[in-house]
Formats: sequence, C-alpha cells, structure tokens
Amino acid sequence: MTYRRFVVTLVALTLLLVLLALACLVFGSVEIPMGSILDIVTGKGSENKAWEIIILKSRIPMIATAALAGAALSISGLLLQTTFNNPLAGPSILGVSSGAGLGVAIVILAMGGSLGGLLGENVGSYMAILVGALLGAGAVLLVLIAFSAIVRSNTMLLIIGILVSYLTSSVVQLLNSVATEEGVHNYVSWGFGNFSGVSVAQMPVYAGVIILALIGSALMVKPLNALLLGARYAQNLGINVSHTRNILLIITGILTAVVTAFCGPIGFIGLVVPHIARMSLGTSNHSRLVPATILSGAVIALLCCLVSVCNPHGIIPINAITPIIGVPIILYIILNRRRINYFN
Amino acid sequence: MNTNTILKTNNLAVGYRNGKQQVTLLSGLNLSLERGKLVALLGQNGAGKSTLLRALTCDERPIDGTIEANGKNLLDMPQRERSRLLGLVSTERIQAGALTVTELVGLGRQPHTGFLGRLDEEDHAIVRQSMADAGIIGKANEYVASLSDGERQKAMIARALAQQTPIIILDEPTAFLDVASRIETMRLLQTLAHERDKAVLLSSHDISQSLMLADELWLITTDRQVITGTTQELIADGVMNRLFTNRDIYFNPTILDYSF
Repeated sequence: MTYRRFVVTLVALTLLLVLLALACLVFGSVEIPMGSILDIVTGKGSENKAWEIIILKSRIPMIATAALAGAALSISGLLLQTTFNNPLAGPSILGVSSGAGLGVAIVILAMGGSLGGLLGENVGSYMAILVGALLGAGAVLLVLIAFSAIVRSNTMLLIIGILVSYLTSSVVQLLNSVATEEGVHNYVSWGFGNFSGVSVAQMPVYAGVIILALIGSALMVKPLNALLLGARYAQNLGINVSHTRNILLIITGILTAVVTAFCGPIGFIGLVVPHIARMSLGTSNHSRLVPATILSGAVIALLCCLVSVCNPHGIIPINAITPIIGVPIILYIILNRRRINYFN
Repeated sequence: MNTNTILKTNNLAVGYRNGKQQVTLLSGLNLSLERGKLVALLGQNGAGKSTLLRALTCDERPIDGTIEANGKNLLDMPQRERSRLLGLVSTERIQAGALTVTELVGLGRQPHTGFLGRLDEEDHAIVRQSMADAGIIGKANEYVASLSDGERQKAMIARALAQQTPIIILDEPTAFLDVASRIETMRLLQTLAHERDKAVLLSSHDISQSLMLADELWLITTDRQVITGTTQELIADGVMNRLFTNRDIYFNPTILDYSF
C-alpha cells in the first residue's frame, strides 16, 4: 500500500527532474534553437561556438550544480530534523549555513581582490574557501551539540541557531568594514546564492564530495529510523546514539559546507524539502524518505534555477526565490500540525 | 539461586549527579528478576523508581555495584548483545506518528537485522506474532498517529516483544491511560510474563492493580529501602504503610488500596 505510493512518487519525481533539467537546458538569457541544442548535447557540435560554450560550459554544469545542491541541502535538513528530533530544523535556520558563510567570508576577505573572481579556477583558492566553509559549519554544529545537551527544548535550539546566524553576520560585517572593495563585492554577490558558480574543472570535487556524502546518508537509514523513537529507545535497540549523532552531523556539515562554499548560503530548501517528501510519501520511514528527499530536493532546486534564468532582465538571485516557495509550505505545516501524522 | 533468575543486581547503588554532587537514592540493592514473573515497582514520587529502572536499562551508570543478566555483566556487555537481552517501554515522546504499526513494531527487530535494517520473512512473521500477542494486529496497517493512548501502548509493547528479549522493563506503562486501558495493559503484561516466559518489570502508581496482578512487588519505602515479596507477604509484614510519608493515609487490605 505505502510501498506502491513510494514507487509512484519516485517515478513522478524522476520524470519531473528530467523535464526540469531539459527546461533549464532550453531556456535562458540567450535563445538557442532546439535543434542546435540537440546537436551540441549529442556531440555533433554547432557552427556557433558561443552556443556550444553556453550549453556545455554553463547550462549543463548549472543543472548538475543545482540538482546536487538541492539534494545535499535537503538531506542535511532531514538529518538535522531527525537528529535533533525537531521538524523545523534545517541547515539555514540552525545557522549551519551561516557558519559555513562566515568561514567563506574570512577566506574571501582575507584573500581580498587576489581571488580574481569569486571561486577562481585556481585550485588552491577554491579549496581554501571549501575548507573555510567546512570549519565554519563544523564550529556551528559543535555549538548546537553543546547547547542541545543543555537546553532540552526544541524551540530554544532553533532560537540559538538564529542567534548564531545574527552573530556570524555581524562578524562578517565587521570583517567587511576592513576588507577591500573587491573582496566585499565578491562576498555580497556570493551571498545572493547562485547555481552557476561551479566550473567544469571544479565539478569533480563538488559532485564527488556531495555524492559520497549522500551515499553515506543512505547507509544510515537503520539508526535514523531508531532515532524516531528518541535517544533512549534507540540506545535500547542497540544503536550507539552519540556515535550515530556525530556521523550524521559530520555528513550534514560536509553537505552544507560544500553547497554553501560554491553556491552561497541558500535558505529554505533544507527545511522544506524533507516535509514535501514526508507528505508525498505519507511516511517517516527513512529507507523511503532518504531517496525521496534526494529527488525532491533536486527537483525543487531545478525549479528555482529555471525561475532564476527565465527573467529577460537578467538572472534572479536564488535566495529571492526559495522563500517564495518555502514560506507558504512552512506556514501550511505549522497551521496543520495537529492533522499531520508525523507530528503526532 | 533460582534457575529462572535472568537479571540480578549485586550491591547496586543508584542516584543522580547534581552538578558536582553525587546524590545516592538507593543503595545496597540485591534484587533479582525471574522469567515467567510480573514484578511491579512501587514507591512515591521521587523515591527513585525511574532512577532504578534507568540503571537497570543501562541508560544511567549506577553509582556502585553490578548488574548481571544471564550470568554476564550487563554494563560491560556490547550494546547489541544487551539489546537482545533487555527490551524497554518508556513514556518518552516518540516521533513515529507517520509509521504504520507494523513499521513501528518492525523497529523492534533492529538488534537482529543487518546493517540496513531490512526485515526478512522470519522477521515479518515475528512482527505479526508480536502484534497478535499484544492485541494490536487489528491495527497493523494504521498509522501510529491514529491510535488511542491505550493502543499506542500496546503497539510499543508489541515492539518490545518483537525484540525477543527475555527481560522487558516498562517505565510507568499505564501513566497516561484511562482505567480500562490500564487494566487491559496490566493483564496483557501478566499474560506475557506467564505464557511467553518473560521477566517483566514495571514501575507504576496503580497500587491496587499492581497488588492484584503482579507476582512480586518491589516497594521503595520512605526510608529508601527496597523491600521485595508477594502481595500477601508484604501486607502481612505491614510494609505497605511505609510507602508514603503522608501520615493521613493508611493501607486498607480489604480494598488493596489506600484510605484516609
């Protein structure tokens, strides 16, 4: 019964994913005829070299970046929600993205104008940014673990996450006040969020890390399901709770940090998508929830991506789109708490 | 020692840490649980019922002494081995509303399944049997969220049964239930102890039902002693009047409850 619903949902999500990917390939600021796109994608090439570059070096990497970012942030959200037993947890609201952002800011501003573009082709510079993001996300996760042991209330933990975000943004502004103009400009445009920041050369690192971490999360379904019953029951089922929690938070930190470093601090996707997956499957069972969350995350991110490139006046920042999709869903969830199964 | 003994404490002391201070609630405990018996742990609020149970389920390290299960040290045992010896039902809030009863009970198989927790045919059969034993099989495909409090408790008991442990420890299993569900739950636990040969230990505030249905009682008296025995023995010894500090109530053996 629920299994059929799972299969139908996965098939539908996969179809949507393909359709949206194709749409992102076709639509954009430059109009390219369908026939030429087909020729370029199938390797026949085109007499218009600019079109070739747009498709192969811009649109295809952007599609892959968006889909992977959506999957990564959504799984981060799911792992945080289960780990902290808090349906409103997510990488941006708990301040994990801001932590990664602070790490990025320190690196970008410290390097100043020397970066030459936001994430230069220079391996050293984007690796430095990646490490900065990892350290920042990790630091925030440590703070959250420490506080979650002291404050037992879910709401308080969310407020602590929001406070961490305020604190990091004030540190960033203090840094801005002493940074070079180019550094500040780089940082501000990074903050808008965009999926075109990963070049073909950077793709293997970006995709490789995300895919490995996603596989890691899929291997954690058994302890994740045990955690639905709370720490005491999980312990009684033979799960080493603190060990499991650490692994889950490391996976979350890696996923959030990589996406934040390359695409900017993207809000709402991590918070909202696990709910979309739960509601469309009608289950909290992670063996089905993890694949559905990965696919829904990719679909939502591609949808945002499509909207962002369809504006004739230029690209719309991703962070201007995600709240428009995210806020109504969160409000719906909050207002219908009593009717939604997984809250009861 | 009785050959049916499955869990034994040796000079156990339990308590809690308050900052740097260690507060001992109960000490010098030499208790034993036997297969096939339902044991009720009674005592007033703050007497240390939960603390004792948390020590027995290894959620809190005891201050002193050891716990033996099946002749082995329970505290030093690998977690997976322990999870096959001792099942727990507590009052903690769970986030499993969007699981079906079958899925919830299936989680009880985790100590026996592989890395990804997949259930095979045998596991499914055990899950069905556990739901039947706990009297919840009629709701097998319902969401946990749609269950009444009493049904939810049965589902949690079925989950503990699916874990196939010789010992089941329940922390106030009847706390949030109405009278009918309380009696039903207690009778279910009694049946499981007697017919499935489990050692069942539960803490409770229901004095009269515990006195009627339990095979053995562990009473925590106001002077922090744990006195064990059958209902008849404890009443005969007058221990029942050492359970509460309030002097305005007294134990009335004819109704198996307190009067004032």
